[in-house]
Amino acid sequence: MVPLSWYICLSAVIFGIGGIGFLVRRNVLIMLMSVELMLNSVNISLIAFSHYLQDLKGQVLVFFVITVAAAEAAIGLAILVALARNKSVLHTDEITEMKG
Amino acid sequence: MNIPFPDLTPAMPEVIMTSAAVLLLMLDLCFKNKALLALAGVITAGAVLYFLPVSMGETFGGMFISDRYSLYFKFIFMVNLILTILISIKYFQKQDEETGEHFSLLLFATSGMMIMASAKDLIVLYLGLELMALSTYVMAGLRRQNIKSNEAALKYFLLGAFSSALLLYGISLLYGMTTTTDIYAIADHINEIGSTHAFTAAMVLIISAFAFKIAAVPFHMWAPDVYEGAPSPVTAFMSVGPKAAGFAVMGRVLFVAFSEVQADWTAILIGISIATMAAGNILALVQTNIKRMLAYSSVAHAGYALIGIIAGTDEGLNAMMAYMMIYAFMNIGAFAIVILMNKGKEISDYEGLSKERPVAALLMLIFMFSLTGIPPTAGFIGKFNIFLAAVEAGYAWLVIIAVIFSAMSAYYYLRVVRNMYMREAKAPVIITRSLTLDFALLITAVMVVLIGILPSIIVR
Repeated sequence: MVPLSWYICLSAVIFGIGGIGFLVRRNVLIMLMSVELMLNSVNISLIAFSHYLQDLKGQVLVFFVITVAAAEAAIGLAILVALARNKSVLHTDEITEMKG
Repeated sequence: MNIPFPDLTPAMPEVIMTSAAVLLLMLDLCFKNKALLALAGVITAGAVLYFLPVSMGETFGGMFISDRYSLYFKFIFMVNLILTILISIKYFQKQDEETGEHFSLLLFATSGMMIMASAKDLIVLYLGLELMALSTYVMAGLRRQNIKSNEAALKYFLLGAFSSALLLYGISLLYGMTTTTDIYAIADHINEIGSTHAFTAAMVLIISAFAFKIAAVPFHMWAPDVYEGAPSPVTAFMSVGPKAAGFAVMGRVLFVAFSEVQADWTAILIGISIATMAAGNILALVQTNIKRMLAYSSVAHAGYALIGIIAGTDEGLNAMMAYMMIYAFMNIGAFAIVILMNKGKEISDYEGLSKERPVAALLMLIFMFSLTGIPPTAGFIGKFNIFLAAVEAGYAWLVIIAVIFSAMSAYYYLRVVRNMYMREAKAPVIITRSLTLDFALLITAVMVVLIGILPSIIVR
């Protein structure tokens, strides 16, 4: 059987990739994908914990996370479409109407 | 399998609020006059206020709790909701972008905040937080034709999604170590896991996510841009609501779940608090746009309120809660004046206001004095209580730092006052009055002065 620590390491690595991707990449769509990666890494660790602890709460939380992530993606893309109609850019360095 | 239907009495306010939000979404299609939706929103808030005192207890298998702590925060959310509705009606009519969804989203965001304040389980906390956050992202981008509004929504969304991922990772680590997500049960397991690296990581991740919601350094960068770009009533709403909700969950998680490791999180929060007061107050000095100035001021106020949590006592927690209530009145009051002015984006737009509109100038003066913390206004009482609790808990040095930064804040708040009273108007000042806006200004101004004179009405 695969030990728990492997899953936790996998989850930590994916979370790290997502986090670095979010901070380094400047394309809004890629940033969105990085956030999804982070959320899914959380799902991996939650399910692994849930399985090894023989406790269902973790899996319940995963269902909620998947649902919320879907809603979040929908809202994020809607905001992006609204922005793209006014100004067709996807690069965050070009979205600088306001300083900061 | 037979699952008993949960007792809904403790969750009645949330049930009413969510049903009303869904109903408003449908009524939006039937009514051309959106002021009716606003009226429905205020009635809902009234119904919730009526049901709040009788909604005590636990429900949903111990995942949801309604106690005095959550009750106080729900009062703040209702104040926030009612005042925001009152100041938004005319604003959207004036912009000619009347949107009924605005009121529905306000109610959804408020029910998210109420669920956060009542969360006894990290799952419920997360869901409440997302309900609040997703609604506020949309509200920030409500002016679809306005590119600044789009940009504000995008920035808020990206950073918000990032912070909720941090929160989730923290929750998953905590769950793995304690086998539970119940905030009260976690407290019993903290001793077993001791201070492992994984636990420290979980704590830091969770505190970071909360710091984002209250706009504390280093997670404050979104605040100025989002506050500037979002429609002004929405800015008023989200400078108070999500901040108070963030403090509500922070208080519950830190004081209950992490009560055994108080020394650890106090050390983190002291750093955050000092950095937040420094960044907020120093960056506010150079702002020329009033909404950006108020954004940095809201960052600074998060720093002051954090001192209440750092004190680690019940007095500190009470002082923080009272501060949030006072902040709701004075900040929404200031935003109501910004909305009142036809051209009030820049601080220089307020030049000569006292000659042309003495009452508006006087009200702005009250709000600015209160935000600075000058007696006899409510802002002074709020700061005084927090500093007193911190001194009693032995953080006199932190209070000295806070007072120095607070004195610094007088420069940028009183600059608005100087512009209003000691400068001549370059262009005629035009304001758009409306009955609801006047009413909101009346409530906020009266409360700011009243709390300043009789603090016992909100400090328990």
